[in-house]
Amino acid sequence: MKYIDEFRDGETARSIAALIAAEAQPQKSYRLMEFCGGHTHAISRYGLLDLLPAQVRMIHGPGCPVCVLPIGRIDSAIALASTHKLILCTYADTLRVPASGGLSLLKAKARGADVRMVYSADDALRIAEENPSREVVFFAIGFETTTPMTAAVIQQAARRSLSNFSVFCNHVLTPAAMQHIMESAADPDAVALDGFVGPAHVSTIIGSAPYEAFTQRYKRPVVIAGFEPLDVLQAVLMLVRQINAGRSAVENQFSRAVSAAGNIKAQAIVSDVFELREAFDWRGLGEVPLSALTIRSAYSAFDAEQKFSIAYRQVADPKACECAAILRGHKHPADCKVFGSACTPEQPIGACMVSSEGACAAHYTYGRHKVMAIRATGVAA
Amino acid sequence: MSTPFPRPINFRDGRVDMSHGSGGRAMAQLIHELFVTHFDNDYLRAQNDGACFPLPAGSGRMVMATDSHVVSPLFFPGGDIGCLAVHGTVNDVAMAGGRPLYLSAGFILEEGFPLADLKRIVISMAQAAKEAGVPIITGDTKVVEKGKGDGVFINTTGIGIVPPGIDLAPSKIRAGDAILVSGMLGDHGVAIMSLRENLSFDTAIQSDTAALHDLVATMLAAVPEIRTLRDPTRGGLATVLNEFALAARCGMLIREPVIPIRPAVNAACELLGLDPLYVANEGKLVAICPAERATELLALMRAHPLGADAAIIGEVIEDANHFVQMETAFGGRRMVDWLSGEQLPRIC
Amino acid sequence: MCLAIPARVIALFGEDRARIDLAGVQKEISIALVEDVAIGDYLIVHVGYAIGKIDPEEAAETLATFAAMRATHEGALPLTPPLA
Repeated sequence: MKYIDEFRDGETARSIAALIAAEAQPQKSYRLMEFCGGHTHAISRYGLLDLLPAQVRMIHGPGCPVCVLPIGRIDSAIALASTHKLILCTYADTLRVPASGGLSLLKAKARGADVRMVYSADDALRIAEENPSREVVFFAIGFETTTPMTAAVIQQAARRSLSNFSVFCNHVLTPAAMQHIMESAADPDAVALDGFVGPAHVSTIIGSAPYEAFTQRYKRPVVIAGFEPLDVLQAVLMLVRQINAGRSAVENQFSRAVSAAGNIKAQAIVSDVFELREAFDWRGLGEVPLSALTIRSAYSAFDAEQKFSIAYRQVADPKACECAAILRGHKHPADCKVFGSACTPEQPIGACMVSSEGACAAHYTYGRHKVMAIRATGVAA
Repeated sequence: MSTPFPRPINFRDGRVDMSHGSGGRAMAQLIHELFVTHFDNDYLRAQNDGACFPLPAGSGRMVMATDSHVVSPLFFPGGDIGCLAVHGTVNDVAMAGGRPLYLSAGFILEEGFPLADLKRIVISMAQAAKEAGVPIITGDTKVVEKGKGDGVFINTTGIGIVPPGIDLAPSKIRAGDAILVSGMLGDHGVAIMSLRENLSFDTAIQSDTAALHDLVATMLAAVPEIRTLRDPTRGGLATVLNEFALAARCGMLIREPVIPIRPAVNAACELLGLDPLYVANEGKLVAICPAERATELLALMRAHPLGADAAIIGEVIEDANHFVQMETAFGGRRMVDWLSGEQLPRIC
Repeated sequence: MCLAIPARVIALFGEDRARIDLAGVQKEISIALVEDVAIGDYLIVHVGYAIGKIDPEEAAETLATFAAMRATHEGALPLTPPLA
């Protein structure tokens, strides 16, 4: 597969790793947050940590839309589907996220709620057209990458004057979350960060420019990277070099798919339909101001939150669960008491275990053999 | 000659209705004109509720296996629920080392199901049974009200004979044994997914649905030391290897570059965010055999039309955690864990 | 996050639709979010939409950087930063 296989070459990976090892100074620390779950997935799946020297540490960030979706929003989606008896369309990723009362969308479906898995927002619109007598709600989640499709179907619904279609909008914004993480770094038990591996496909949409203010303000380098393993390793090398040189610039490793300005057409569609939400509750991060989108009043007829008077109710995460600390990079999955025992991909307690790119699920699925080996030999992890 | 069914069933645009399962004339006619006509053997013509059959003299143990088929869509590239229902159960008998002798077929039909489609399915089943040399000798038909089924469900049960000296079991697996697969993985699952509403994509990939008992007989005749066999259906190769590891209390180590997977299957999985190791097969088997017999077994499998792409993909290792691990093409080792929930297409 | 795959455009239709090919797997997608799509372009496909195009020159440059790293890593020569 062109533009995929070339970026998964193991020999090149070892060459880049050798450069990282040669250039990372032994006395310095390189604590790098990979914001995106896509990077977390690549790091786990390809075993990239084994290729990095000890002083280069990768810290998982909150860039997994399923993981940061708070319980209260899933509860609302379940309430829509079961109380209002409507058709709730959702990406498969959200189906197994644990909600209140031991429920999930999948369990609500088994109890009779009409929850339908869609692969594209277009499918939700089509289902609305095919079922004119039923209300159809699209449960929209995702970062900037997934937002333009939702905007496009809202525009189409408006053009076609569809009265039975609406969107429960949960789209969130990457730069706001990155900023929040740096702000919370003042927290005494927060982990210090020396640089960021910046988002891949999010940046295809928003461009590299939005990170400029971030690097200037927080004096931390950001290197935008693709999701293939060589992309991640090259970005780490670029970060090491910036840190060595005392620089904090935005650099673009993923130049084959990211420009400075991003996808302007997609941005225009998004800003036609959405506006900034005052605040959004992120699982793990709490309320983050101006970190999410809501539907503009011109399209309020398609806003499920207004149409069905959805009131958001904050629900605390399960006590035993360390998702919040893990999502902020303060803790590693293996630090959580319930990781791999009470909390597994089959019976997830926290959101990080639900999505396959959640920090815990990625670690459980691809890296568990190492943790077990370490535990078995009695060496501290 | 007088017939109780003066008007033939309209297989062109007729539909299943409740009378086809009522036990009356319509049901008898359906059984005669469809099932007995196409499955066509003396056992069915005897019109008993069950079939009595002789056993081959001097045979070993018997094996019985059952499988219910609920595939959606009913017709897919490379097959349909009919041939799948035959192959699935024949393979379950074969994986126990058995030579399949007879099949039963139970149909659950949904009211309103087009009779033309039912006929197509039955003809496909009859042909698959004939090709496999395993007659369908007894059966049952029920009709459920519209909305209480999904067109047609088919249960098949197979009975076979396990030759003396053959005793396959995962518990016999030992560290050092070789792991073999009989061909390209993931074809069936990808062919099915390509037709699913919402996902639809076009691919030349066809379901690999096939009866493997002849391949198995060839393998066992030459290498009776084979420890165990299993067909990687739902959950794919990864699931079978995890089952084996757990049963044998050992680990499995496979090598990604030598696992046979078509580029298009890999591509479809990339698009949908799936892992081909977990995708279903309906005409493949996984064999574990002592390492010193692996090369010979591989050559035999490759000489068979259903094993042309067979490969030795790894080995059984000692591992107290019973993990399945894979050396990746990238260089490194990762776990190939049990499947969590269902394999669903991901967006992130 | 955001599973997206580069795939080649093999046909263009009206209403912002295109057919893409990835190693023999073909799918119809929306190109409503991107501009100036031509047959032969590689689009980045996410949930049935193209979100951007692969810039072949930039990709070639990244791969050339990798090749240089493969050639020199043993001496760990101080390379200039590969991309601005």
